[in-house]
Amino acid sequence: MDALFFYTFALLALAGAILTITRTNAVHSALSLIGSLIGVAGLFLLEKAEFLFAVQILLYIGGVTVLFLFVIMLVNLDEAVKLRQFNRLWTLALAAVLSVGLLTVGGIARYQHQQSARPDWAIAASPRVSGEGNTERIADVLFSQYLVPFEATSLLLIVAVIGAVLLARKREALGVSMDARKAAGEED
Amino acid sequence: MEGLLYPITLTHYLVLGAALFLIGALGVLVRRNLVIILMSIELMLNGVNVNLVAFSGLHGDVNGQIFAIFIIAVAVAEAAIGLGILIALFRNKMTVQADEIQLLKW
Repeated sequence: MDALFFYTFALLALAGAILTITRTNAVHSALSLIGSLIGVAGLFLLEKAEFLFAVQILLYIGGVTVLFLFVIMLVNLDEAVKLRQFNRLWTLALAAVLSVGLLTVGGIARYQHQQSARPDWAIAASPRVSGEGNTERIADVLFSQYLVPFEATSLLLIVAVIGAVLLARKREALGVSMDARKAAGEED
Repeated sequence: MEGLLYPITLTHYLVLGAALFLIGALGVLVRRNLVIILMSIELMLNGVNVNLVAFSGLHGDVNGQIFAIFIIAVAVAEAAIGLGILIALFRNKMTVQADEIQLLKW
């Protein structure tokens, strides 16, 4: 039963990922990305990471992909669909990625060969669950051992929000960039 | 006799995470549309998260999941900034094709 769920979610994640990078229409890509993220969220649930499952659904599917869809609507060019979608050197890139993939799978196989002597290898996918829930355990460690990185993350998010607003607002508000834009217009 | 497919071990998660990462890397390398390149970066980060959560499950330790939370926070910040840059770029150059943006090319 576990294996059935694993393969369902893995298939969803991989098929969504492949569709994301091959679709011509960016909206289709974003919808495939949602499928892939749901598959990964299901895998989190299988690994007893319920908090990450909720974060994945709320933040990634509810937040990031909606942001992507907004931006796709904003920069939507009808002729963009008719343009060439891939680089000229895509065969080279595919060969490079495939060879790195072979190396990675070889490394994983070697790691498994080394580790397979361990008695708990077969039950790797069924982690020991303690009495407390997953969220409580994460909160305990996050707010004691990782308190400083946590606060640094909040600073990062504030900087990112302010930066995104500054970057995306209309350029007319800044006198300096008006000149820069005029110069760019003359160049074109 | 243990089959290759049936008992789901850590290896399955590692191979899946590597596959997601490589598909994302391929997307970054071959696509011309900047929005899809940003989506591919999200795919790569998700592949890493699958690995971290799988190891966290193997060791019965939540540290891996906390690293995944930090990765998600950084990914969200990266998506916001990346899309902001994309909109600013689109306003100025009216294109989102990666190889048409060559202001720094001499």
